[in-house]
Amino acid sequence: MTDQNGMIDIHVMGKQYKVPEGLTILTAMEYCGYRITRGCGCRAGFCGACATIYNLKDDPQLKYALACQKTVEPDMYLVQIPFFPARKAIYDLEKLHPEGEQVLALYPDLIKCFGCNNCTKTCPQEMEVMWYMSDALRGDIMEVANKSFDCVMCGLCAARCPQGLAHYNIALLCRRLYGRFLAPNSQHLDDRIAEIEAGRYDAELEKLRTMDGAELRRLYAQRDIEPAY
Amino acid sequence: MYPAYMEESIKRLEASRSQRLNETLRRLSDDEKKPLLEACHPDFIAEGMRDLAVGANKGIPTPHEMADVLEGNSRINPARIDLGKVDYDVDVLIIGGGGAGVSAALLAEENGAKVLLATKLRLGDANTVGAQAGTQAADRPEDSPVTHYIDTMGGGHYANIPELVEALVKDAPSVIKWLEKLGVNWDKNPDGSMHELSGGGASRLRLHSARDYTGLEEMRVLRDELRNRQIAHIEFSPAIELILDDRGQVAGALLLNLETNDIAVVKAKAVILATGGMGRLHIQGFPTTNHYGATADGLVLAYRAGAEMLYIDTMQYHPTGAAYPVQILGQLVTEKVRTLGAQLVNSDGSQFIMPLEPRDVVAAAIIRECKDRDKGIRTATGEVGVWLDSPMIDVIRGEGTVARELPAMVRQFANYGINISKEPMLVYPTLHYQNGGIKIDADGATTVPGLFAAGECMGGVHGRNRLIGNSTLDIFVFGRRTGKAAARWSREVTPGKMSLEHVRKWQEALEEADLNHSRPASPLLLPDYARKGPDYMPDNSRDLLPPARIRTA
Ligand SMILES: Cc1cc2nc3c(=O)[nH]c(=O)nc-3n(C[C@H](O)[C@H](O)[C@H](O)COP(=O)(O)OP(=O)(O)OC[C@H]3O[C@@H](n4cnc5c(N)ncnc54)[C@H](O)[C@@H]3O)c2cc1C
Ligand code: FES
Repeated sequence: MTDQNGMIDIHVMGKQYKVPEGLTILTAMEYCGYRITRGCGCRAGFCGACATIYNLKDDPQLKYALACQKTVEPDMYLVQIPFFPARKAIYDLEKLHPEGEQVLALYPDLIKCFGCNNCTKTCPQEMEVMWYMSDALRGDIMEVANKSFDCVMCGLCAARCPQGLAHYNIALLCRRLYGRFLAPNSQHLDDRIAEIEAGRYDAELEKLRTMDGAELRRLYAQRDIEPAY
Repeated sequence: MYPAYMEESIKRLEASRSQRLNETLRRLSDDEKKPLLEACHPDFIAEGMRDLAVGANKGIPTPHEMADVLEGNSRINPARIDLGKVDYDVDVLIIGGGGAGVSAALLAEENGAKVLLATKLRLGDANTVGAQAGTQAADRPEDSPVTHYIDTMGGGHYANIPELVEALVKDAPSVIKWLEKLGVNWDKNPDGSMHELSGGGASRLRLHSARDYTGLEEMRVLRDELRNRQIAHIEFSPAIELILDDRGQVAGALLLNLETNDIAVVKAKAVILATGGMGRLHIQGFPTTNHYGATADGLVLAYRAGAEMLYIDTMQYHPTGAAYPVQILGQLVTEKVRTLGAQLVNSDGSQFIMPLEPRDVVAAAIIRECKDRDKGIRTATGEVGVWLDSPMIDVIRGEGTVARELPAMVRQFANYGINISKEPMLVYPTLHYQNGGIKIDADGATTVPGLFAAGECMGGVHGRNRLIGNSTLDIFVFGRRTGKAAARWSREVTPGKMSLEHVRKWQEALEEADLNHSRPASPLLLPDYARKGPDYMPDNSRDLLPPARIRTA
């Protein structure tokens, strides 16, 4: 309940505090007086440092959020999970093949997934984690890369997996395999690198580097601008 | 949904949309930009600056908040540190685990050095993960490194160091390739060509992106590679002081374990600073887009060791920080929104600046619109901003473009019930980037022998204003260069005897200038956002009232 001063009760690791409504979980904890070391990185929803589990006084159902993105609610009981010991396979990407067996060989636990869907229910980015685990099992690396793209690697899925999967590391492996081996090659990029290595632009750049300021300003003012779209 | 009091202004914006679709404002000439910047850009507010009183840049104007930490007191008493007890002995120490630091570590290791990377928070908790829009590299046939050079110099007001810009534009395509080979997923067209976008101040479509999670994609791949190569790294252990030797060369650093307060002595033949930016210093009270640990620590360490700084009086205020809702105040609304076609619109529903001008110009124009012309939109919490008309994007490029190209932005605003493909965003400039920093050469070498710097903590590449996409480029260009150069240096150097004499002398200089009592302990390490209650401790070290809190997300 919000009182007449716009304050609500929240419970940080079981301890009750009054905080103004409208704060995020992160800023509410700071309002309570916590000076955070772990559990805070970008403060903007990109780094996954601030994984948080909570429920509400009258609703035991666990909920999951990024503390920097979620606004506090009255009677929230919360705890941060700033670290989770999920397994990461060590590999040399250059020696891998972009195939399903490869993923299974590095993460054999994948086969233990029994489809409980806890991972999907936990994901604060609302991704279809279980679906891309089954894509990984089928060896559809491109689909894993595509579906898992917005993963901030907060680790909540791994924390809630009864089988000990490290979904976010598996997805990262698939994305790296896709980028390295499956994405279509950019010929123009290779061509440009070859031109630069052959010294094609050296003379022009040398001229620019030593040019007097007025001349450079003139070039800048006269440059033609490609339409944005 | 916006509150009712904003609806009228949104209606005006919607009413003018069809007319604005065909309206392209022209770019300002250099002569028109100058008075606008001088009148409205925060860099030109004289009261915001003071001359540094000590150190290599003594007499150079610097924002107060930056000057405070540069003139700060050391966190250690050098007399109490036993340098004989070495905890880590390496060839190359890298300080900072963002994009620049991890690239440097990979290259130093490849070049045969024994490497240690120390970082303040987790590996990758850095400004790099926040980068949304993309990374520049002139690799399309219509483009060239020469054009990239001219754009960068013009954007930087011609103050850029030419050799550094040359390195930047020439290395750019190979950086993109390097990242791809490590497994970065670039946005591509079906034929394999890169899907590139334009950006403020760039005259060609040159931004390589990974949806709007570009920096996250770059960072998570690099971090994984560092782990795969099993390169030693320690988290939650910021450097708090450099160690020099009796020949004036760098010789290591002191690390503070943030959780136990233990200090570790690292002996190193070369040190690379890759500590990123300063947003959490909240220059001139601005909110910021930067990560929690962006407190200019690298500048402080280098300055105390005698290194020279370049252009530290100029900060980049990103034109479009969120001004509503207050929960995300100051957080980034990526430039990609403008790149994709969204215009900036005032309370009358009119455009007032060509949206893809360089950032300093756009930021100054928004400030002018709100402060001088009173054509901003006010929020209930006292913020002010102008509209960024994101729904235009779908009108121009087809339904679904916003959802496809801007998933992170869509998600962030949807959290607060705002659908950015149908509703505009309210924006105002936010403190974003440190244009200058530690002076380097094309190998990243600073003016202190054996000390290198890469990434946002260095200065010179971007002159007095960085262009979009050139920062997530420079971190890899100079991260790689410094990694290689530092490995080479570590093979060739003859180390002397380790010493903290420079710290003792620094404190002496502070006392002479009578600054030691008025300056904070630095590096700052983390901002202090914890609300303080009354303090009943005998030393009365805390204020009795909660301090004025910086309004920031
Ligand atoms: C929200 C946002 C969006 C951006 N978008 C773009 C974009 O689209 N394109 C672009 O080109 N640029 C963009 N930038 C800028 C760009 O991302 C950064 O300038 C760049 O990534 C900086 O990289 P870095 O490695 O130098 O520093 P960071 O990535 O910030 O890494 C610095 C690291 O050093 C650590 N550190 C700090 N102090 C210490 C210490 N004392 N001891 C040890 N470690 C320490 C930090 O914790 C951090 O891990 C953006 C920046 C932000 C904040
Ligand atoms: S602090 Fe980075 S996601 Fe919340």
